[in-house]
Amino acid sequence: MAQQYQAQIYVTLRPSVLDPAGVAVQSGLSHMGYNNVDSIRIGKYIELNLSADSEAAAQDQLNIVCDQLLANPVIENYRFDLKAVALA
Amino acid sequence: MKFGVIVFPGSNCDRDMAWVTQGLLGQPTRMIWHEDSDIDDLDVVIVPGGFSYGDYLRCGAIARFSPAMKATVKHAEQGKPVLGVCNGFQILTEIGLLPGALIRNRGLHFVCDRTPLRVERNDLPWTKSYDAKQVITIPIAHGEGCYFADDDTLKSLEDNGQVVFRYSDVNGDITDRVNPNGSLNNIAGICNQAGNVLGMMPHPERSADGAIGATDGMGLFKGLLELSMR
Repeated sequence: MAQQYQAQIYVTLRPSVLDPAGVAVQSGLSHMGYNNVDSIRIGKYIELNLSADSEAAAQDQLNIVCDQLLANPVIENYRFDLKAVALA
Repeated sequence: MKFGVIVFPGSNCDRDMAWVTQGLLGQPTRMIWHEDSDIDDLDVVIVPGGFSYGDYLRCGAIARFSPAMKATVKHAEQGKPVLGVCNGFQILTEIGLLPGALIRNRGLHFVCDRTPLRVERNDLPWTKSYDAKQVITIPIAHGEGCYFADDDTLKSLEDNGQVVFRYSDVNGDITDRVNPNGSLNNIAGICNQAGNVLGMMPHPERSADGAIGATDGMGLFKGLLELSMR
């Protein structure tokens, strides 16, 4: 029987990709007086609820979804935490 | 030569494209709604600029899965011409017809300007109206136009001569100072290996009608027409 899962997905820029927005935020922190911040990288956080027959099936589907839509492997990495949730 | 221009929710350069192909060049042109996939009648598919699906998630990420784009991939695989401009270029990279990706401009600003471009090769239908290394001036208008690819991809693009346009100064010199968005190697436009798929951030359709003062982009469309006369 299908089980409900929640995935918490983190999409981050690959280290080799410039993040000008992160640099701009860092300069804001510097203006706040925090000169001890070495770097900032801005990514995306996505919550996704799905039903699947097993945790493995949910993971397989999430890998496809992340590879093809939620992240662009040319510029981004992703990881996710998956947990079973009780049916509402 | 029959043109089709894809219309996504959020496209805003589609009418300008049709004005060039139909209004100025007198070629039959029809709009392709993003949910349509029957495009067998077309010779050239144009993926126009704009903000398809609100540019949500990443520019071009959602448009990639539309029926019209799946049909466009098949169109390209048959060797027929596909042109992606601005958001269209972003979509062509997302769907994998062209390598690399377009990311946030180095300077963070949305850049709206007229930029000189050096034509890197003129042996393609897209560029045969231009001289080799000719400098043309074409408008740009984008916030995510910084071309990025990993080192291996960049090398293969250069080795295969797939860079079609580069940001340059008016003399054709390629320097970082004239790079409007941080694109690697000043890349403004690339083609696939076969040369039938072209993606570019600058807008040739905004530089085609003499009534608005600039026509450097017209050569790109005229070059295509010669293809049909062969």
